Amino acid sequence: MNMIKALFRRELRSYFATPVAYVFIVIFLVLMGTFTFYLGGFYERGQADLQPFFSFHPWLYLFLVPAIAMRLWAEERKTGSIELLMTLPITAWQAVLGKYLAAWAFTGIALMLTFPIWITVNYLGDPDNGVIFAAYVGSFLMAGGFLAIGACVSAITRNQVIAFVITVVVSFGFLLSGFPMVLDLFSGWAPQAIVDGVASLSFLTHFASISKGVIDLRDLIYFALLIAAFLYANTIVLQWKQAD
Amino acid sequence: MIKIDGLTKRYGQHTVVDNLSFECSTGEVLGFLGPNGAGKSTTMKMVTGFVAPSSGHASVCGHDIGSDALQARRKMGYLPEGAPCYPEMTPRSFLEFIADIRELSGEKRKQRLDEVIGRLHLEPVLGQSIDTLSKGFKRRVGLAQAILHDPEVLILDEPTDGLDPNQKHEVRQLIQSMAKDKLIIISTHILEEVEAVCSRVIIIASGRILADDTPHNLAARSRYHNAVRLTAPDAGSIDQIATAIAGLPSVSTTESDRQQLSITAIAKSGCKDAEVLRQVSQLIAEKDWNIGGLQLESGKLDEVFREITGGAHA
Repeated sequence: MNMIKALFRRELRSYFATPVAYVFIVIFLVLMGTFTFYLGGFYERGQADLQPFFSFHPWLYLFLVPAIAMRLWAEERKTGSIELLMTLPITAWQAVLGKYLAAWAFTGIALMLTFPIWITVNYLGDPDNGVIFAAYVGSFLMAGGFLAIGACVSAITRNQVIAFVITVVVSFGFLLSGFPMVLDLFSGWAPQAIVDGVASLSFLTHFASISKGVIDLRDLIYFALLIAAFLYANTIVLQWKQAD
Repeated sequence: MIKIDGLTKRYGQHTVVDNLSFECSTGEVLGFLGPNGAGKSTTMKMVTGFVAPSSGHASVCGHDIGSDALQARRKMGYLPEGAPCYPEMTPRSFLEFIADIRELSGEKRKQRLDEVIGRLHLEPVLGQSIDTLSKGFKRRVGLAQAILHDPEVLILDEPTDGLDPNQKHEVRQLIQSMAKDKLIIISTHILEEVEAVCSRVIIIASGRILADDTPHNLAARSRYHNAVRLTAPDAGSIDQIATAIAGLPSVSTTESDRQQLSITAIAKSGCKDAEVLRQVSQLIAEKDWNIGGLQLESGKLDEVFREITGGAHA
């Protein structure tokens, strides 16, 4: 536990030691605002809720979270610091978790900095803050899902651009797995059970129910399992690279 | 104590480290010597557990690096090739991070941090990001990280690469000062370094051990071992002196260098230490030559190195 804490602290401090953190947070907030007010029609809808705000989160995460995740392992491999890290007395699990949790906490910080929109909607009307809280939880979990995919992909390559592109593609697949463009890949040949299985993997479906204020245990378990599966794959990739 | 048994690493068809076995124990400074690409770094990566061997075992202080990696790593300090660090960190926060991972706490932690910072003269750059440091400072941060927990076993991959002569000297002094109660393995291709710090040398090429001996014994394999070099008074007399020396019973042949005016008398194999020197100085006294300088050669390690690893270059 202490190891994970030490790794977590080092990672999180590193974000703020470089411009990465500030650039990311500023762009994240600017895009969130733009999407909510212009594309989402926040005022025009005349409703005191944050639906237009949250509905763009999956699409923003699709590009912004891979940008955070791409450096997790690819950069360590590039600079060679991975050799230092992995010969310290820590397990692969501790390294994976410490790094992942720091990146997740960082996206959490960025997400929390959107609080002015919550203040705004409370000032303008009388929204259901329970729904808003649930949607924040759902958004944070979804960011964690994207991040776990990105962390795993980042461990495969030393090239951050490749890590970014592959993560975006894989994440896009998960995002839209409930929609025809992904399902049609399977429906032609696979049995219905598999098609249903793929359809149930969709980020959008699971996020949609949480963001409406329904915290269903199945949605929470879905994100938890997804994150666990990709982090497990991450440790496998590290061990596989060690033997390579 | 490090025990390496049949360590092998293959990448595809290419065997980088080929069935390497050796043991070494506390108090030794083992120099790992070999041409570039000989498998030095790969061997070190396997001993520290960064790379898994294709076959064979390595254990550190009785802990197998494969099955008991954490214990083995706790006993080790490792400076990887090129001394990679986290460039955005400062030496202070980097060393504090290593102290956390090494589970140093309280008074001990403070004392160890102060000691390595002092020993490696890192005070002036503690608050600067590692990115902006000179190569010499970066290397010293890497060394500080490796010795922070006062490990029993220290593995240093090219610790003086890229340092200036003063810094090299300092790092060698540091290694010597720690040598007594540790096992230190350094890899290098700088021969003077081996002579300066190592108590034992393993020469490898193409992943195989070609020689395993003390630097002194290795140098003794040189044809220049026990040779005598003298400086002739002028170019005119050089041939005459060389012929006379070549006639001595302990001398097998002589080599002359007209530019430097030097003559090297090479000893016959099996002749006693300093026998050539005795005979040559006797001859000089007899003939009353005006000799500029006279010195006994212990052997040239670089020549032995070239001879031993010659096959790998050809």
